[in-house]
Amino acid sequence: MRHIAVAAILFFFWLALSGHYTPFLLTAGVLSAALCVLAMIRARVADAEAAPLELLWAAVTYFPWLIREIVKSAWSVTKIILHPNLPISPTMTVVHASQKTSPGVATYANSITLTPGTITVGVSGKELIIHALVTEGAVDLEEGGMDRRVSRFEGAK
Amino acid sequence: MFAAATAAILVALSLAITRAIRGPTVFDRVLAGNSVGTLAIMLLAVTGFLTGRPEFLDIGLTYGLLNLISTLAVLKFFRHGDLAYAADDEQRS
Amino acid sequence: MTQVIEIASWVLILLGSFFTIVGAVGLVRMPDVFTRMHAASVTDTLGIGFLFLGLCLQAGIGLVTLKLVFLLALFFFTGPVVTHALAQACLHEGLKPMLAEDRRNARPEASDDGRQP
Repeated sequence: MRHIAVAAILFFFWLALSGHYTPFLLTAGVLSAALCVLAMIRARVADAEAAPLELLWAAVTYFPWLIREIVKSAWSVTKIILHPNLPISPTMTVVHASQKTSPGVATYANSITLTPGTITVGVSGKELIIHALVTEGAVDLEEGGMDRRVSRFEGAK
Repeated sequence: MFAAATAAILVALSLAITRAIRGPTVFDRVLAGNSVGTLAIMLLAVTGFLTGRPEFLDIGLTYGLLNLISTLAVLKFFRHGDLAYAADDEQRS
Repeated sequence: MTQVIEIASWVLILLGSFFTIVGAVGLVRMPDVFTRMHAASVTDTLGIGFLFLGLCLQAGIGLVTLKLVFLLALFFFTGPVVTHALAQACLHEGLKPMLAEDRRNARPEASDDGRQP
């Protein structure tokens, strides 16, 4: 079931990129989508970890929130860069990821990195090492608002 | 007005290349190289619109994939001195 | 109506150009590798995001917009991977970030102010 869904998504991707809908190209698209899925099965990556289709619906509500966070923190980083004195206070800290599965932890770490001003430097188990541009960013992450949000995103199957 | 965006991207490109030349460590240069790749994709997209040929976006997609892979390959090379290295000590730090 | 879309797209494109330049300025101004990564991620998220949204409005609904959205999604998923790999490689190489405050209480050995650029 998951294999068919992945193949359908790949075929849609082919259609969007080609823009020519002759019978030959459509057949070639179907064949190459099927080949890709076969290669995924052989490489043992066609599982829930590589194609987390269950999270698609939760992503619809999670991404707008993430984009709002990105805009807010990017604006604060912009103000720091354009400030004549460059008021940075780089901080490193460790936060705990409370997600249950590894896609959840990866989502949390990538969300932290995607937000300007904070970078996930290292992962050991469920402890994420964070480098923040200003101390307030590190304190915000330690309070765990984003952590709870990602946990809800992961659990909303 | 596309010309204004093109000019802005060119200014940003020159700043990124400044960092690539001045950067004290090799990682500064890798970071600057990655930024140059990103800016090149933006430049491709805007130039495509400027000249009325949005087909440039396909090249942009290819550049995006190549940018990711080349940056990872360069990092792996500087970390291990070898591209074919087993990933058994990736858990550290 | 078309006039409104036109003006909105120009505003978005100019905002994208602004954030692109800000990210590049930060790349030059920041004192060490880790802080430079924060500056570069402004270009990678807001610069490219606003610019491509403006281009989407210019292109209208069609395959071109879809390709722009694919490019944006590509950046949203690969940007963090590259940044994380770069930061991890820096730490692995023994590069000490310059820190104003170190809140990793478990690791006291990394608490000096690090190398100067």
